[in-house]
Amino acid sequence: MGGGRWRLFVFRLIPVWALCVALGLGAAFISLAGGNPWTAYWAVAHGAFGDVFGFGATLTRMAPILLAGLGVALAARVGLFNIGAEGQIYLGGLGAAWVGLYVPGLPAALHIPLALAASGVAGGLWALLPAYLRVTRGVNEVITTLLMNYIAIQGVGYVVNGPMMEPGAPYPFSPVLLDSAHLPLILPEADAHAGILLGLAAAVGLHLLLHRAALGYRIRAVGFSPPAAAYGGISVRRTMLGAMFVSGALAGLAGAGEVMGLKYRLFDRFSPGYGFDAIAAAFLAGNEPLLVIATSLFFGALRSGGSLMQRAVGTPVAIVIVIQGLSILLLTLGLVLHHWEPARRFLRGGGPRPAPAPAVERTNVELS
Amino acid sequence: MHALLGENGAGKSTLMNVLYGLYRPDSGRIFLRDRPVTFHSPRDAIRAGIGMIHQHFMLVPPLSVGENIVLGYDPLTRPWLNLRHVEREVHSLSAAYGLDVDPRAIVWQLPVGQQQRVEILKALYRKADLLILDEPTSVLTPAETEALFAIIRRLRADSNTVIFISHKLDEVMAISDTVTVLRGGHVVETVARSDTTPAALARAMVGRDVTFRVAHEREGQGEPILRVEGLAALNDRGLPALRGLSFVLRRGEILGVAGVDGNGQSELAECICGLRPPTAGRVLLGTRDITRLSPRAIIEAGVGFIPADRQRTGLVLDFDIAENLILKRHGQAPFCRPGAMNLPAVERHAADLVERFDVRAPSVRSRVRTLSGGNQQKVVLAREVSGNPAVLVAMQPTRGLDVGATEYVQRSLLAQRERGAAILYVSTELEEVLGLSDRIAVLAQGRIVDIVDAATATRHQVGMLMTGGR
Repeated sequence: MGGGRWRLFVFRLIPVWALCVALGLGAAFISLAGGNPWTAYWAVAHGAFGDVFGFGATLTRMAPILLAGLGVALAARVGLFNIGAEGQIYLGGLGAAWVGLYVPGLPAALHIPLALAASGVAGGLWALLPAYLRVTRGVNEVITTLLMNYIAIQGVGYVVNGPMMEPGAPYPFSPVLLDSAHLPLILPEADAHAGILLGLAAAVGLHLLLHRAALGYRIRAVGFSPPAAAYGGISVRRTMLGAMFVSGALAGLAGAGEVMGLKYRLFDRFSPGYGFDAIAAAFLAGNEPLLVIATSLFFGALRSGGSLMQRAVGTPVAIVIVIQGLSILLLTLGLVLHHWEPARRFLRGGGPRPAPAPAVERTNVELS
Repeated sequence: MHALLGENGAGKSTLMNVLYGLYRPDSGRIFLRDRPVTFHSPRDAIRAGIGMIHQHFMLVPPLSVGENIVLGYDPLTRPWLNLRHVEREVHSLSAAYGLDVDPRAIVWQLPVGQQQRVEILKALYRKADLLILDEPTSVLTPAETEALFAIIRRLRADSNTVIFISHKLDEVMAISDTVTVLRGGHVVETVARSDTTPAALARAMVGRDVTFRVAHEREGQGEPILRVEGLAALNDRGLPALRGLSFVLRRGEILGVAGVDGNGQSELAECICGLRPPTAGRVLLGTRDITRLSPRAIIEAGVGFIPADRQRTGLVLDFDIAENLILKRHGQAPFCRPGAMNLPAVERHAADLVERFDVRAPSVRSRVRTLSGGNQQKVVLAREVSGNPAVLVAMQPTRGLDVGATEYVQRSLLAQRERGAAILYVSTELEEVLGLSDRIAVLAQGRIVDIVDAATATRHQVGMLMTGGR
């Protein structure tokens, strides 16, 4: 079959086609809204990458999407849908703020790792609860992780309105974290913090874990086929619980970056939905850690460039969310098409469909 | 009454799925009552009067018999369903053919033989006069099989046409008028039953003379290695599947486990391998109690397992060959050094086993999903056998394989036996159990009815035991 290479090319790149079509449809919407798509997209690109401020802003938005996206991807690899990254981000932020505020007298070299660890443990435990309910009681983790988002968001809202609120603050936020718990900046003029380095390291680490470590082998085996994994002597429960803890921990680190690197305070509603961008980023990357770097960069750039677009062209920033939604929708469509017989036949060059079982080649049976 | 005879993979089911509109033919035509027909879906086939009884029943377990029968058929001209009316009709149909099925019974509560009758009723209710039965006896006890044959004879007497798909010679000889033999997707011959003999049919089916027993010498028995004592366990539905079952397995012996599918075979294998917790009894490996050990510990103690469902359990289909071959040893040297997998060692191991077990694949990095059933089974076999297990539990290891692969698997098992491994060979194919085993344990309703010496056992004797009687 000569079309093999061609077909591989088409299917491997489904996410890219989805993005292209999404951008095209996005352009149509911009036109409908009375804007010029070219100038609008140019404004996004310029806003996201045009200068050091824009690039810094892109990196600060990419960092939480990358970290949480890696978490979502890891959970997906073990066969669980972690829709709760947003809540885990909030819990991570809370954990980091708690250590950053109330553990005094440490040098930064200790205080920062300790605060990060606290955020990881907080996010991890928040993800562990739905995983535990899933493996022991069969409770669907999609529902539990999703609903626990609201508990986490409201919980942090309560904390910064009450016990952790800055005395006399006009809005609900905590006092400033101790200096020793501030993440270093990598682009000081653009406020880009070291969270992005954490994310890149985590991406490489997760890639090596999945493809080079025995634990990663177990995670993938459980994700592909729990009965086969159990048969092979792998504990499905333990693997799922462990992977989900790390998944939540990664999302928790995303929250820590927001608190320790960007605002140095715990704010009410400090994440604008990075946990949901993370799901999109992981899905679009096919849950491959290294590809999440690219997809989170894309969504980060949309977020940072979107505001410039609104200012420069007058196109509402909501168009960015439209593009994000479209890309996911189109990717899903692409994956459905992948399994749709006429599309496959078209890509094979119109050849006949091979029978799914050994074909009956020549048969004459008469029944009396 | 036309029988379609052929080995697994000969194309019987494919042909019938074409007739039933599930697959579309690449070329050729189908004539029904001397008219060419084209079916785009089973709906067309049903409308033309074809009814199909699949090997795996297509019933909705929590619904009643009447509801199942009317499902997808009730013409939606009225907004409500007159189930009373349906039940009356089903009742009279059932009585007419001696099916004896209560239309109000809930399907999952019925025994398998009754469920099959529901499928037949479903086809009759849809006014089918051509019935296709795909391997209908594979899930039945000999007594249920007899009852089914009586029903089939009655259907024929009422001028229905029945196509009976099977790979069991004796059944075909018992019931059909004409026999068509398929091999490798071709019709080998179509003969009247009265003009042929079982041996002639077997030759046509396999393409050569068949020796029904794989030759192997029986030696003196070795020491006991696996003891199962009073084992009891529940099935997935929480009902008792094993009811106090005991046997001893010796080194260098193949103990066949015969029985109709669903009489506790999979639960027995899973209990031994630690995949299902027993409710009572114990399993001893040598002198060590392995009853409550984890699957990992039991693997490491030297118990190999070839599961019945290689696609769901025996293999991770989306892993490649090399990855599947280390499923049970991925955490051990040389495949895993502290910190990282040793990929070159994994690939060397795979290359070696692929060579030794003659797995046909483009590369050791080919995904197992893309392999044929026979090659998939060779991967499982290679993994389980290469660990040199003390005990090997083999469940239906030849299911769905062609003649060559079947023979290969059986020879490998015999070689393991020579090596001194103790093999528990679980199969629903009586011929295989008779041909391969040293002793045969007959399983019925979660109990071992009897253990007989394979050298003297007869098909009839074991068949009787399988029904639970003596």
